[in-house]
Amino acid sequence: MPVLSPRAATLAGLALVIALLPLVFPSGFYFRVAALVWISALAAIGLNILMGLAGQVSLGHAGFFGIGAYAVALAPAHLSLPPWAALILGAGLAGVLAFLVGKPVLRLRGHYLAIATLGLGVLVQIVLTNESRWTGGPDGMRVARLALFGWRGAGAETWYWVSGGALMIGTWLALNLLDTPTGRALRALHDSEVAARVTGIDVARYKLTAFVVAAVYASVAGSLLALMNGFITPDQAGFLHSVELVTMVVIGGLGSVLGAIVGAAVLVTLPQLLTVFQEYEHLLLGLLIMVFMIFLRDGIVPSLRTAALGLLPARTAG
Amino acid sequence: MSVIAARDIGIAFGGVVAVDGVSFSAAAGEVLSIIGPNGAGKTTLFNVVSGLYRAGRGRVTLDGEDVTGRPPEILALKGLSRTFQNLQLFTRMTTCENVMVGRHLRERRSLAADLLRLPSVRRQNRETRAAAQDLLTFVRLGERGDMPASALPYGALRRLEIARALASEPKALLLDEPAAGCNAVETEEIQRLIRAVADRGVAVVLVEHDMRLVMKVSDRVLVLESGRPLAEGSPEEVRENPAVISAYLGPQAGRGSAHA
Repeated sequence: MPVLSPRAATLAGLALVIALLPLVFPSGFYFRVAALVWISALAAIGLNILMGLAGQVSLGHAGFFGIGAYAVALAPAHLSLPPWAALILGAGLAGVLAFLVGKPVLRLRGHYLAIATLGLGVLVQIVLTNESRWTGGPDGMRVARLALFGWRGAGAETWYWVSGGALMIGTWLALNLLDTPTGRALRALHDSEVAARVTGIDVARYKLTAFVVAAVYASVAGSLLALMNGFITPDQAGFLHSVELVTMVVIGGLGSVLGAIVGAAVLVTLPQLLTVFQEYEHLLLGLLIMVFMIFLRDGIVPSLRTAALGLLPARTAG
Repeated sequence: MSVIAARDIGIAFGGVVAVDGVSFSAAAGEVLSIIGPNGAGKTTLFNVVSGLYRAGRGRVTLDGEDVTGRPPEILALKGLSRTFQNLQLFTRMTTCENVMVGRHLRERRSLAADLLRLPSVRRQNRETRAAAQDLLTFVRLGERGDMPASALPYGALRRLEIARALASEPKALLLDEPAAGCNAVETEEIQRLIRAVADRGVAVVLVEHDMRLVMKVSDRVLVLESGRPLAEGSPEEVRENPAVISAYLGPQAGRGSAHA
């Protein structure tokens, strides 16, 4: 009997890393990189609920990220909402859009679902690019700084703690979900839709639930990034960003909450590390992703866990 | 009164008639077996009754209520459960979790409560786990709850699927070849299990190729051939029916047996 459940161990470990990491930062720049990791990890954790638990693909997830980002840019400017209210409004909008689009689209499976969600992402990006009167078009727009009770979030260090806190909450919620009726229903329909249905699971409803939850995660992450950067462009909603999010989840390990965080950390920090190779940076990034997938096929976290446990029976873990 | 009844079921796939005018019913505590050569339409009939296929004609009633054409998740809610010939287990989950999924309909389900893992969710989880553990003990898998389902041997997987199907506390259970691929010991275990399930008051409808199992466990047997009913009666009556012998062993054997 372990002292800590895998769930509690994951949470405690993450809290420790967030709390202690600044001690080894050589400069303020690292706060920014780490905050980027936390924000990307938040979006990846949400996407993992859809892809890892429920087994449904979304290639347009950055669309929801973009909705959250533009919500905190537009709502304070045009509706005079405070940024935190704009963040909630964006999350609500992303959730409603996911619900409306997900209802017909989630009937599709596999490649067809992938293409349909890809279309959704492209659509959001086109709207953000073309409605330049509101969004500043392809050049993007400025975002007002976050102010909470007179306190103004400005520096990278502040954003490190805000995004770290958001990641802790997001991780806690996602870990909570695993061993509940909802979590079990999602994992079950991933393995066998037909068995899930005859067991009484409303498969269409649960897929939609996962899609909406994942959209809300992405939107909150998008809002946080926009508020931290103070600037936003339609690229945040673009296809490349969608693919990046999917890559984080797959590299880290489908179905693993910790994996989504590790995947985000790898994909955000690797390009920073590889800048020393200058023009070979992108080539090496691509090669490393291939190497990861070849040697750690189940994703970094599940593969290493299996290796560490040897032949011990697997348990459900974070 | 019969718990589950199908009347005059017919279904065709692009002009090929798979099931044509088949009726059956099973009462609480009764085991009805449906047998027939390969391609007789047994599994198709199950897929119609459990809501996976839409029948061209006929009606299905569950506990007296007409449930024709309802989707499987609604039928499950109304008390129907089933297993699959080609095992449909949740292979990424543990043995115990597979059965816990079977409790889905018996659980209060709320996304918000689940995300927050409220005390009520934790309490319910403990109840669900205990109920699943009881069922695992019932199918003699009590010691293997923490194993990944994918690590179980074949006969155990068959029993696990029955445990999962029972977890929703169904009134009627459709078993599609539960002994397929099992050795003699495992088959005997399945036989004991089917009887025990019926003794719990569940109406059991069994599709099975193992004739020894069918003869031992059934109260009544329905024989299908080419999608049509051929004979129905007690195991003894069916075993002696010349038409049945002919269908299984060819017309020559049928005549020979009829003369004997």
